[in-house]
Amino acid sequence: MSRPRPEPVQVVKLRRDATLAALVDSVPYARFMGISFDRCGDELTGILTYDDKLIGNPLLPALHGGATAAFLELTAMITLSWSWLWEDIESGALDAQTLPESMPRLPKTVGFTVDYLRSGLPRDAYARARVNRSGRRYASVHVEGWQDNRDKLFAQATGHFVMPKRIQE
Amino acid sequence: MIDKVKIARQFTNAIPHSRALGMNLVDIDDGTATMELPYSDHLVGDPRTGVIAGGAVSALMDTCCGAAVMSHPSSPGGTATIDLRIDYMRAAAPGQTIRTVAQCYHITRSVAFVRATTYDDDPDNPVATASGAFTVEGMK
Repeated sequence: MSRPRPEPVQVVKLRRDATLAALVDSVPYARFMGISFDRCGDELTGILTYDDKLIGNPLLPALHGGATAAFLELTAMITLSWSWLWEDIESGALDAQTLPESMPRLPKTVGFTVDYLRSGLPRDAYARARVNRSGRRYASVHVEGWQDNRDKLFAQATGHFVMPKRIQE
Repeated sequence: MIDKVKIARQFTNAIPHSRALGMNLVDIDDGTATMELPYSDHLVGDPRTGVIAGGAVSALMDTCCGAAVMSHPSSPGGTATIDLRIDYMRAAAPGQTIRTVAQCYHITRSVAFVRATTYDDDPDNPVATASGAFTVEGMK
């Protein structure tokens, strides 16, 4: 009984990183906000790099609630799309490197509810999303945002999304 | 009496994030505020269609709701978002300015309740609605 040799690590990483880049770079608003993603295997962490233009209350100072909401929403949306595409990325069915236009559309947000737990400090913020339910048409995603301490969230959110059509459909 | 229109206008101009996005306060009066966000390339969420990102709509709604709270006759001044729920009905038409009208419909000593609706050029077809709770704080 033999099983296929695992692919070389560079091949796997290149394919995953190219797909992630194709997803994130397709959103001009992410670039404007300074949002990027760290990837460990299939786990994504959104990073909101601090910039003075993200401030909402200059007296405190604190991050703008709208900037926080946008960061959490984009993290939820990218993480959802990423987990939805994972099998196609792994099998090589999705080729972001040579065919960026083959990338499917991002999910559409139906509703998004943000809870502001403490004021966002003027420094980098991080967020990780968990897909609680991903059906053929709808998905529900929870996302948590923190800054210095992973256990002390400054905001959390839940969103519902309409999924794009599968490429082969 | 404090001139709340002046305070709110200063408040909007003093918010770096709102300024960076290009928001304008159009009208403000006793718990109701109207703000606009002109279309711009850096707000785009989907370059294939040119539709602006949900996050940009969220930011406009959040700011406008805050302005509505501050303009309420019973508000001593400052505010921060406790929670905000946004429902996206449809994509805003690419190229069009979006406009949010927010109303602070109830306020207690500690919490203000706000509703908001966002439109593009079609006033009969909202792009998104929001409802949220905000803190009630004195001016620092």
